[in-house]
Amino acid sequence: MKYKPVMGLEVHVELKTKSKMFCGCSADYFGQKPNTHTCPVCLGLPGALPVANKTAIDWCIMIGQALSCKIANFSKFDRKNYFYPDLAKGYQISQYDQPFCQKGFILLSNGKKLGITRVHMEEDTGKLTHQGDSSLIDFNRSGVPLVEIVTEPEFENAEEVVEYLKRLQQIVRYLDVSKADMEEGNMRLEPNISLRKEGETGLPKYKVEVKNINSFRFVEKAIEFEIKRQTEILDKGELPVQETRGWNEAKSKTVSQRIKEEANDYRYFPEPDIPPVILSDFQIATLKSQMPETPSAKFERFIADFSLSAYDTEILTREKSIADYFEEAVKVGKKHNLNPKQIANHLINRSVDINSVLPAKLIETILNATQTAQIDENKLNKIIDYVLKENQKAVLDFKSGKENAIMFLIGQVMRIAKQKLDTMIIKEKLEEKIK
Amino acid sequence: MKNLNELTIKEAKAGLKAKEFTSVELTKACLEQIIKHNQRLNAFITIVEKEALEQAAKADLLISSGQDLPLLGIPLALKDLFSTKGIKTTAASNVLRNYIPTYDATVVKKLKAAGAIIIGKTNLDAWAHGSSGENSDFGPTKNPWNIDYVPGGSSSGSAVSVASNMCLAATGTDTGGSIRLPACFNNVVGLKPTYGRVSRYGIVAMASSLDSIGHFTKTVEDSALLFNITAGSDEMDSTTLPAIPEDFTQDLEKSIKGIKIGIPKEFVTKDIDREVKSAFEKSVKVLKDMGAEIIEVSLPYTEYGTAAYYIIQPSEVSSNLARYDGIRYGKGRGSFGDEARRRIMLGTFTLSSGYYDAYYKKAMQVRTLIKKDFDDAFKKIDALISPVCPTIPWKLGEKINDPLKMYLSDVLTVTANIAGIPGLSVPAGFSNNKLPIGIQIMGKQLSEKLLFQIGSAFEKQTNYYKEKPNL
Repeated sequence: MKYKPVMGLEVHVELKTKSKMFCGCSADYFGQKPNTHTCPVCLGLPGALPVANKTAIDWCIMIGQALSCKIANFSKFDRKNYFYPDLAKGYQISQYDQPFCQKGFILLSNGKKLGITRVHMEEDTGKLTHQGDSSLIDFNRSGVPLVEIVTEPEFENAEEVVEYLKRLQQIVRYLDVSKADMEEGNMRLEPNISLRKEGETGLPKYKVEVKNINSFRFVEKAIEFEIKRQTEILDKGELPVQETRGWNEAKSKTVSQRIKEEANDYRYFPEPDIPPVILSDFQIATLKSQMPETPSAKFERFIADFSLSAYDTEILTREKSIADYFEEAVKVGKKHNLNPKQIANHLINRSVDINSVLPAKLIETILNATQTAQIDENKLNKIIDYVLKENQKAVLDFKSGKENAIMFLIGQVMRIAKQKLDTMIIKEKLEEKIK
Repeated sequence: MKNLNELTIKEAKAGLKAKEFTSVELTKACLEQIIKHNQRLNAFITIVEKEALEQAAKADLLISSGQDLPLLGIPLALKDLFSTKGIKTTAASNVLRNYIPTYDATVVKKLKAAGAIIIGKTNLDAWAHGSSGENSDFGPTKNPWNIDYVPGGSSSGSAVSVASNMCLAATGTDTGGSIRLPACFNNVVGLKPTYGRVSRYGIVAMASSLDSIGHFTKTVEDSALLFNITAGSDEMDSTTLPAIPEDFTQDLEKSIKGIKIGIPKEFVTKDIDREVKSAFEKSVKVLKDMGAEIIEVSLPYTEYGTAAYYIIQPSEVSSNLARYDGIRYGKGRGSFGDEARRRIMLGTFTLSSGYYDAYYKKAMQVRTLIKKDFDDAFKKIDALISPVCPTIPWKLGEKINDPLKMYLSDVLTVTANIAGIPGLSVPAGFSNNKLPIGIQIMGKQLSEKLLFQIGSAFEKQTNYYKEKPNL
């Protein structure tokens, strides 16, 4: 029997705001001494009250805007009630029916618009450590701002999931709102996976959620494992159990953690300690105008402004730091008549260490290597025309497939120009004219 | 000549300033009164004698150096829901019996900064759940007018401490009547401010969307003086309203001539005790004789007030009490008393999926309608008056096994909490068996100054406040 995976994704992104979501404690908890970043609010002491972090809300909305979501004019916080020792108040402040952002998408390279259901704001919990018979609670992480991004169940294979995750990670890093580091736990993902018969359209009767995945590689492995596991069960004519499973990297398999008989009843109700958040269209537009450029916008701009290929642009915009570096280099290069394409080629082919080589230095290096700056475009064209006219045989050779002939022609151009020029440029021009 | 502990804040301030006595003497007088009568009345859970006297000595130094702070050297008591750094804050529950906060509530900070001396923490219905003071895990507080009777709750100890001159004033919280009711039962003045006008930060939460932070005083003037300190926005409580600087004592001497006072007909029904009704009618006449214009108004959704309140309040209670999970405060959930358990179960039920729409959501819709009732009424009138409680104080034990009957004692007070409007409870006479009766004056949001004006005029005309229980 042929099955088609039906998968959705919940991703938690921890924001790197200075302070926590609802109090003034530092949100930078990683590697800190336990329970040193705490106060009555994030410890949930009697009488303490939450005050929402405005920057965190702005950032959540920016993420939503970068994902083309609709931003709500009216939204509110809700209490999600459940018991767990790492949950200081006995409830998590989250958003239920009126999140900040809804109905967005991420465009995948196969052209698919992967639907995003919602983007909402909530707080992280403390952290439990188990030592022998005892368990220790560290509240440093309690109340750190989390943005949850939930997709529609529209993924059909692990590649789509991984591409989506990479793009999402790229977006939040571009916005500079999260480290989005999987190993540090600032980006956590929970795929839910089920299968349906090919040709069917409804949602399957069950759903398997997988937790404990802390790398993109593992998400791929976990999904592949689950597809295989569920296929075998379905082939036997059985229905996989609705449950939460955990990825066990050592065994390279998922293992059952908790069987969900029915949905948890979190008894959501509006958080009475925080007034609703009301945003005018103007405020939403202002936030959008202050937003750093998204990866996709940068991608399009690079292609349009710098006449780069999609392939090169993809490499240059993968990380914001590289894209910024490239743009800086282009600015400097312009003064020396270096075109963006030359800089891009150099940057991509020579694996430049952008942390140690300043953009100006890079331009100097390129100039030294090519020394093409002095030659006038018109003059070069004239020389090339002359060389082509004088070396008809070589031109014919090249046309008949002798690739080496071009090198001879380049050498002739250099000889007449009496200069060491950028072979790439001459080559391109020669090829263009021969055609 | 009055004993020092019998003074009002205003009188004590004048005496301290004139060096007629010291803050140490004043504080000692209060402490002696507590020691003399607390065993019988059970108004205090914790008495902080040593610290209070130290603070009083400091206050005396400041006074002699010419310092003037609004409450410098004035001994106050705090309901044991107000977090006090280094002083046990029990909520009158076994669950927090040994809990010592690491921080002061905003109101406590403000009172301290104004020079007040904290002399102790007062008894209450555990977690503020109750109308009689009997739900305390530290034993019931007794009514100083007759110790066989309840003092009203939940701020029972605070009301009793002021009525029996154990302190000059005391703080309270009012979620459904917990300040106004005990004020009424003890012949003292009780203020339930506009929701959000006083910070809730650091005060053990009962029902967050209803909790109002107020106080008990011997006079309306003292209430206004204290409100000058406690009112104002707080960056630690995002439900506080923007601060509008106001001197609440400003209109205390102003005539109430021409002020339009409404009587909600749904509040004065046949279910009101005869004695309460007659005291109320007398009060109306007093106000009318002073020139107020009395107008009958209708608040048609009043009858759904208690029902909505007993959905919204337990829902929030069930969530607010979740943090006492047995892990961090030493006592497990088995240590909750019956009333807390009842409310946790009720609230858990009403918030459950499948029931939420029928209960919580519906109650919130009623809440909107009740607010509108008041908004409509305040278009025609300046303030409302009504009895505080349908009955006079009842005997200890009388309603303890009938929760519904107990809940109905809040029927006239809960709607102010639902609408978030202020209410001032002032003494209005006595029953035949010499138990206090009160009236409440309500106004639109942020109208406290007007309530003080009306209350002060009424108080000066009637002088009920001058009568004290025979201890």
